[in-house]
Amino acid sequence: MNALLVRLLVSRIAIAILTLLFVSVAVFLGTEMLPGDVAQAVYGQNATPDAVEGLRRALHLDQPAYLRYLLWLGRLLTGDPGNSLVNNLPIAELVATRLPNSLMLASVTIVVCVPMSLILGISSAIWQDSLYDRTVSLATMSLVSVPELVIATLAVIMFAVNLRWFPALSYSAGLLSLNQIFQLFALPVFTLSCVLIAQIMRTTRAAVIDCLRSSYVETAVLKGARPMRIVLNHAVPNAIGPIANAVALSVSHLLGGAVIVETIFNFPGLGRLLVDAVATRDMPLIQACVIIYCAAYLFLVALADIAGMLSNPRLRH
Amino acid sequence: MAPLVKVDRLCVTARDERGNNRAIVKDVSFEVQRGEVVALIGESGSGKTTIALSLMGHTRSGIKIAGGSITFDGQSLLDMRSRDLSIVRGRDIAYVPQCAAASFNPAHPLLRQVIESSQIHRVMSAAEAEAKAIALFRELALPNPDHIGQRYSHQVSGGQIQRLLAAMALVTDPKLVIFDEPTTALDVTTQIEVLRVFKTAIKKRGTTAVYVSHDLAVVAQMADRIIVLRDGIIREVASTGRILTQPRNDYTKILLAAAKPRVRAATNGIRKETSVPPVLKVMNVVAGHGAVDERGIPAVPLLRDVGFSIKAGSTLGVIGESGSGKSTLARVIAGLLPATRGEVLLNGTKLPRNAAHRTRDQLRRIQIVFQIADTALNPARSIGRILGRPLEFYNGLVGDKRRRCVAELLDMVHLPAAVADLFPSELSGGQKQRVNLARALAAEPSLILCDEVTSGLDTVVRAAILDLLAKLQRDLGVAYLFISHDLSTVKAVCDEVMVLYAGQRMEYGSRGALHQRPRHPYSDLLISSVPELRQGWLDGISEMMPKETSAAIAGVAGGETCRFFERCAVRIQGRCDVEGIPVRLLSKGAEIRCQRTEQELIELFTP
Repeated sequence: MNALLVRLLVSRIAIAILTLLFVSVAVFLGTEMLPGDVAQAVYGQNATPDAVEGLRRALHLDQPAYLRYLLWLGRLLTGDPGNSLVNNLPIAELVATRLPNSLMLASVTIVVCVPMSLILGISSAIWQDSLYDRTVSLATMSLVSVPELVIATLAVIMFAVNLRWFPALSYSAGLLSLNQIFQLFALPVFTLSCVLIAQIMRTTRAAVIDCLRSSYVETAVLKGARPMRIVLNHAVPNAIGPIANAVALSVSHLLGGAVIVETIFNFPGLGRLLVDAVATRDMPLIQACVIIYCAAYLFLVALADIAGMLSNPRLRH
Repeated sequence: MAPLVKVDRLCVTARDERGNNRAIVKDVSFEVQRGEVVALIGESGSGKTTIALSLMGHTRSGIKIAGGSITFDGQSLLDMRSRDLSIVRGRDIAYVPQCAAASFNPAHPLLRQVIESSQIHRVMSAAEAEAKAIALFRELALPNPDHIGQRYSHQVSGGQIQRLLAAMALVTDPKLVIFDEPTTALDVTTQIEVLRVFKTAIKKRGTTAVYVSHDLAVVAQMADRIIVLRDGIIREVASTGRILTQPRNDYTKILLAAAKPRVRAATNGIRKETSVPPVLKVMNVVAGHGAVDERGIPAVPLLRDVGFSIKAGSTLGVIGESGSGKSTLARVIAGLLPATRGEVLLNGTKLPRNAAHRTRDQLRRIQIVFQIADTALNPARSIGRILGRPLEFYNGLVGDKRRRCVAELLDMVHLPAAVADLFPSELSGGQKQRVNLARALAAEPSLILCDEVTSGLDTVVRAAILDLLAKLQRDLGVAYLFISHDLSTVKAVCDEVMVLYAGQRMEYGSRGALHQRPRHPYSDLLISSVPELRQGWLDGISEMMPKETSAAIAGVAGGETCRFFERCAVRIQGRCDVEGIPVRLLSKGAEIRCQRTEQELIELFTP
């Protein structure tokens, strides 16, 4: 570790925090601009001007936007994003019941996808332009170009309705056995993997091929190194930066993709919470969910950059 | 005894963009005896590297061995399966590649890569291999041999990395070592040191070697026998001595003629007329990167108090190693990197330091031609448009007039008018550099800054470009600032020469004066490092003094003391590194900056 690297890392983290702050402003303004009034929405047809006015005051909706932003940010930072407008439950509690489910879905997908796409990407790079490479490319490209919505629906029709291998809905209450977890997660994970594997695999393949064309790989070939050694020892270490970036970007895609998948499979995750919140115009809940998504995204991208920096010998030594 | 390598009727083809196979090596047959050093010499495209790689059964992508046989130590290489080939590679045949820095994996420390082949082939334990590598580092005169292996490729200099590559090749005691242009990218002063240690190592082991190069003078020092290649065909094979003294093939004769320095400059020595102001006068220029202090000195100075003048229609050569500030000087004059102190005068008028503040006419009068002809030309524009642009911008020429002018320009640089319709990718390296020259000429400048314009070119093409430069100067009276790291090129075209070292002007005088002793110790080192076209030159010259240095971009702390101090053979401890350097006018007419007096220099450099 040298001083330059530390400085780069610190500035990278600072940028992430600054971006998050900027995002929070954008999220706040974005929800401000949505049409409709919460107080109006809460009372629906029973709204009387007095009741609406009273609720508006109670929710600080009568105060200027920047004050409400600061108030909201302050509470967010202290871990209390407020109460849901719809059912008056603390948002922290709502999120706490859903977030673990989403994280679980994401981790299972990552555990399945990342090794698989790395193996596919590296092997395609080794047997570049072979029948194997073309088949893998064609298959992954076809899958990534089909919308998740379609894949999910087709998967349900095929595996749940016709073959009856897995349940169509991934909902369960209470503790689960390993077999049950597999049953519940199989279809959502499959759907998410289709996109993820293609993205990570393509980038891995390109990055490794790039390294395989370099002079140091030719030197290794002329030292008598066998293909396995050339790829694992010489190409892959230099491809870590781009691969880490692809993984981070793809995994952050999980978050957005999860919204669709969670809705289709009725999976009790953060994505569905967000969709429900939008439907009921539950502003504080929307804001909290979006901020969580953004923070996760920024965290992953920063992590990838840091991995890239740490894998660069010019910065490390 | 059977030869170690026998190449018989080797044919190699390359697939071009259209998918056609083109022969790049045709019917090549030769032998390499045990203990012999054979050189493959030729220009780019002659097939020398392709042949060298095929000796290891390796071809680059798109290239195929189409016929013939290669026998190495009794085994037919081209019939071997790839598994068996990789057993031979690195163990019996080792390769020292040209792109030195890129040939080391940036992700691993150097030592691990140096001993890698010994580990792949399991010829010795890792500890033994490391001990052997360190012994080789010592033998190859690498600084700090015990610890240099822990470094990474970006942490060592070009000359060091080339020696590390040689150690990598020698660690398994291979039967054959292939050197592929190992010193081409190095400065002359570094090249001579690398050549010397290579030669000693080869001699000591009796290594059989194939030495690939385009440089006859270098090959003359290393090889017992020379194979001259052109367009994939062997033109001549003979002992080194015979090739140098009695070449039989016409192409060999051309190569020899092109390698010999020939003076083309319009004038000889400094012209005496002083009434006309010089076309360019540079006074006490300081430039560099980083924050500038109140005296106008930047945090990282690249030029330190440089001054000179160029007379109309004459050529000033700027010479020095990489990192000496040569290109920075051109950028300062062109206003691309504004000077932080000092002035640049064009025909006696002060120029704004920044190009953005100069008038169109001032811009027109100074043109620049870059080293890498490829990247200086927009690949998406036809040559006609590239040349037409300055005509329109500076002279307002349009339509037919412009077209006629483009044709005239092409004629001036000896290219057919039809070239105007071609794109840069359709031209050869030499042709591209001609177009670059024509582009500069389109502005009708009074001064052209030539930044290493012939460095990327083959010997024969280079000679033709130098001829062209000289002719254009005679016809048009344009002045050149000619930047080069190659002394013989500078010698060929320049009236005056300035020697730069780490941004300091070390010597400044006429071309003739530079080749006369006494001169600045650094000029002396530079000049005596240029390989001469005769056998035994390398063995004949005396060991030079302090070698490895942190040279080029040294710290700023020293201020005005001599930057060459660390490498100087005749330095005076406690004076050169403490006092400011005086400017001395030598009786030969040149100025040097050195603590040593003329008398001292004469005595010190008289053998």
